[in-house]
Amino acid sequence: MIYDVAVIGAGVVGALTARELSRYDLKVALIEKRNDVAMGTTKANSAIVHAGFDAVNGTLKAKLNVRGTALMPQVCSELHVPFKGIGSLVVAFSDEELKTLDVLYERGVKNGVEGLEIISAEKLKELEPNVNPDAKGALLAPSAGIVCPYELTIAAAENAAANGTEFFRNFAVTSIDYDGEAFTVSDGKDRIKASYIVNAAGVNCDEIAALIGDDSLKVIARKGEYMLCDKTVGGLVNHVIFQCPNPMGKGVLVTPTVDGNLLLGPTAKDIEDKENIDTTADSLAYVLEKARKTAPSITTREVITSFAGLRAHLESDDFIIGRSEKNDKFINAAGIESPGLSAAPAIAEMIAGIIASDAGKEPSEGFDPVRPEPVRFRHMTNEERAKLIAENPSYGRIVCRCETITEGEILDAIKSPVGARDVDGVKRRTRAGMGRCQGGFCGSKVVELLAKELGVEINEITKFGGDSKILYDRTK
Amino acid sequence: MLSYDIVIVGGGPAGMAAALKARECGIDSILIIERAESLGGILEQCIHTGFGLQYFGEELSGPEYADRFIKQVNEQGIEFKLDTMALEITDDNVVYAVNKQDGLLEIKAKAVILAMGCRERPRGALNIAGTRASGILSAGTAQKYVNIDGYMPGKKVVILGSGDIGLIMARRMTLEGAKVECVCEVMPYSSGLTRNIVQCLDDFGIPLYLSCTVIDIHGKDRVTGVTIANVDENRRPIPGTERYIECDTLLLSVGLIPENELTRAVGIELDPVTSGAIVDEMRETSKEGVFACGNVLHVHDLVDFVTLESQTAGEGAAAYVQGKKTKGDRIATKGVGAVRYIVPQKINLNANDDVKLFFRVGSAFKNATVKVKYNGEEIISRKRPRLAPGEMENVIIKKDMLSSFSKDGVIEISVEV
Amino acid sequence: MTKNITCVTCPMGCSITVELNDGGEITSITGNTCKRGEAYAKNEITHPQRSLATTVRVEGGEHAVVPCKSSSPLPKEKIFDCMKEINAARVNAPVELGDVLIKNVCETGVDIVATNHCY
Repeated sequence: MIYDVAVIGAGVVGALTARELSRYDLKVALIEKRNDVAMGTTKANSAIVHAGFDAVNGTLKAKLNVRGTALMPQVCSELHVPFKGIGSLVVAFSDEELKTLDVLYERGVKNGVEGLEIISAEKLKELEPNVNPDAKGALLAPSAGIVCPYELTIAAAENAAANGTEFFRNFAVTSIDYDGEAFTVSDGKDRIKASYIVNAAGVNCDEIAALIGDDSLKVIARKGEYMLCDKTVGGLVNHVIFQCPNPMGKGVLVTPTVDGNLLLGPTAKDIEDKENIDTTADSLAYVLEKARKTAPSITTREVITSFAGLRAHLESDDFIIGRSEKNDKFINAAGIESPGLSAAPAIAEMIAGIIASDAGKEPSEGFDPVRPEPVRFRHMTNEERAKLIAENPSYGRIVCRCETITEGEILDAIKSPVGARDVDGVKRRTRAGMGRCQGGFCGSKVVELLAKELGVEINEITKFGGDSKILYDRTK
Repeated sequence: MLSYDIVIVGGGPAGMAAALKARECGIDSILIIERAESLGGILEQCIHTGFGLQYFGEELSGPEYADRFIKQVNEQGIEFKLDTMALEITDDNVVYAVNKQDGLLEIKAKAVILAMGCRERPRGALNIAGTRASGILSAGTAQKYVNIDGYMPGKKVVILGSGDIGLIMARRMTLEGAKVECVCEVMPYSSGLTRNIVQCLDDFGIPLYLSCTVIDIHGKDRVTGVTIANVDENRRPIPGTERYIECDTLLLSVGLIPENELTRAVGIELDPVTSGAIVDEMRETSKEGVFACGNVLHVHDLVDFVTLESQTAGEGAAAYVQGKKTKGDRIATKGVGAVRYIVPQKINLNANDDVKLFFRVGSAFKNATVKVKYNGEEIISRKRPRLAPGEMENVIIKKDMLSSFSKDGVIEISVEV
Repeated sequence: MTKNITCVTCPMGCSITVELNDGGEITSITGNTCKRGEAYAKNEITHPQRSLATTVRVEGGEHAVVPCKSSSPLPKEKIFDCMKEINAARVNAPVELGDVLIKNVCETGVDIVATNHCY
């Protein structure tokens, strides 16, 4: 069988692109080298929907950021993914930085960002009482917001699957051949044939392009480290708060997350190894120091975990989206670094547009844009809970104590169209193991449920695929 | 809505002892809510011996210690609901809980006893740099895998933290064929019991590195090693002392935190040092009719003391239900200097009995004197050949002494060398 | 020869030094602060003993293993031999707390008994 499109890479861009493609009468394969969707850059970033004033006028980043941010609320509502339009602030601490705010304001207006406003130190204090009193002013961007990037990706992949997309996990593409009509994508064992390819391989997009002889891309992996704080300090700030940008990026931000935690970071460091997502003591200390400049009351006491992610930076400093020079049925989505998450819905729209018009396909009537809302026991009223358990008793057993996640929700996560196959996959879908004890109690329960549902022994279960098994052999 | 005189949240050693004592005091209507599939709490996975020396004068394993209480709970016909999670306690002592059979339970209680135990401090709280690979787990989680599920979570192990669970697991993993490379303790002393250091580490030649910590974890999918380093007196790694140790597993035994989600949500006042509720001598919290005992109140080193404390709470809750609660003026207790905390934090002057004050010190002492002062005046002085952070201490304030005190006074405990 | 022992009889944790002559006989015990310490040190030198707690594999039970312990302390040097014998053993559910799972483990005269039930 020949797919119309093979999307390589199931991050936020790949998953949303697969979903957009599934709007048309196209057979789509979504191919991922890891055990789950959202395992690369998507898993570890700032989770921000940017207003769109950072990118230089006229760039793809500028255009797609503003368009993506405009699409985001509807995409999230169709996919039942929480989006909070809390707005962002860029805080200036010196007269020079106040001038930077003017530059950002001007740029934002030109990029088409609506509602931008430079506010005084007094107004800032009113909006954000916990921000450093030394701040001299800020740029307020009301259209910015926060979203959970992996939740968005999981939901997009599920919705794509519900509309016919096939998901292939643990499929690391090592060769792509083209016979003049179709591509054959292989991982050395299995093959997938497709008429079009979308290269959404994140930090590996240059390597994937090189498989068809396209050597035009050169990705620099830029590591960003983050710290996540307990929900007790989630309310410390009300907006996404940036400091003034620097050449490496937007600097360290302080923001609430959609789940009510507080996120600090990132650092920005170019690295050689595209799989190196280790955190480092120096960087974490740096994040804390910088975050304290924004909100001085933050301490290490509230930190519940830290993590790092890689961004795919290109020398051109812009996204490259479009047909490869080597083959016009091979569509690159390259250099997707910030504001990639914000732009993702627009990138998906753009790529699907290119392919659909090229292939002469019309939107399919059967497309259902809505991904059913997952059960979220913790957000329910007691009446709703009683009714739910009466219908399905598995919602009556709490597995994760810290986050109040039920067995039923975990089973849903495993059984869903693009279901969890490992402990981290369950965690990202349900939040089981994301609370204060970080899976200390529920980890082994999740392992048991996965083993039972997947029909394997518990020592087959991994943390995140590959060789990340949790258990060795039986003791006896 | 169901209705009970006393609802106990947690069916571990604390909850069971409280229930049995309340029954002994004449309360018929008692319900224990337990989230696990059996009573016994964490004791079910603590299969090593050493429990019960104080309370039973015998050396029992965890399940055996628990079993003695489970039998009594059954004999006494005390009601309990297993596989049931308490979600919320309301202002007027209605407990909401869920399970598969009953669905959502709404239970009105005259008195509530909190006995939820504690959980282990996770890696995030330590901020160790490095990978998120598989093979990093708390000692208690490893204990569950080995002792209940019968699987090995690792073969070459480094343990961070010399708390008792870490020490116990060093021996347990070694007995099951793993190689435990070392135990690193960031403090200059171990927080574990001496007996455990001797019988769990020394017996097997496992080195204990004091003033040493893990500063980096390596490995992409599975842990392949850790970097350890000595630390200075401010617990900062000393450059040049880094050593790489090959291992596939890092066990964390870096402290326990009382599990007070329910307590916090209902607005009960917490002690920032114990992370448990502030209580009086009957273990009543700042919320009338709500009591707390065991590891949810403060982390104990011996279950025997949990049992004793929980009996006090059971007696207190019974007296409250029967309207026999001591009401009157109270004084506060306060740890000074090396004394990190005291439980109870408040004492009724007309307490029915002598009051035992439990406390912990923040560093180790030899040949020290424990001084108890009332409003600055020394009332008790006790020689202690040895005081250690890992071992809970106590002093007794006599009932008649208490009655001579006046309200708003302060009892202070300090250590002098 | 000199041997250093940390006493575990009470929380004091005295460091006890035991001197032995060439024949392996104890010539002096110092560092202990009580009689119990002396007895402990003597025992540790002549025939150290340890309680053993582990698990035995159960067939057909709710769990794969049931916890167990030695009915009395075992010679310390035999602990790993005993582990081998225990690990090779299989018992059938149901197991009751107190059931003797292995009689006379490694010819020590000590039994291995279940410390929990497994149905």
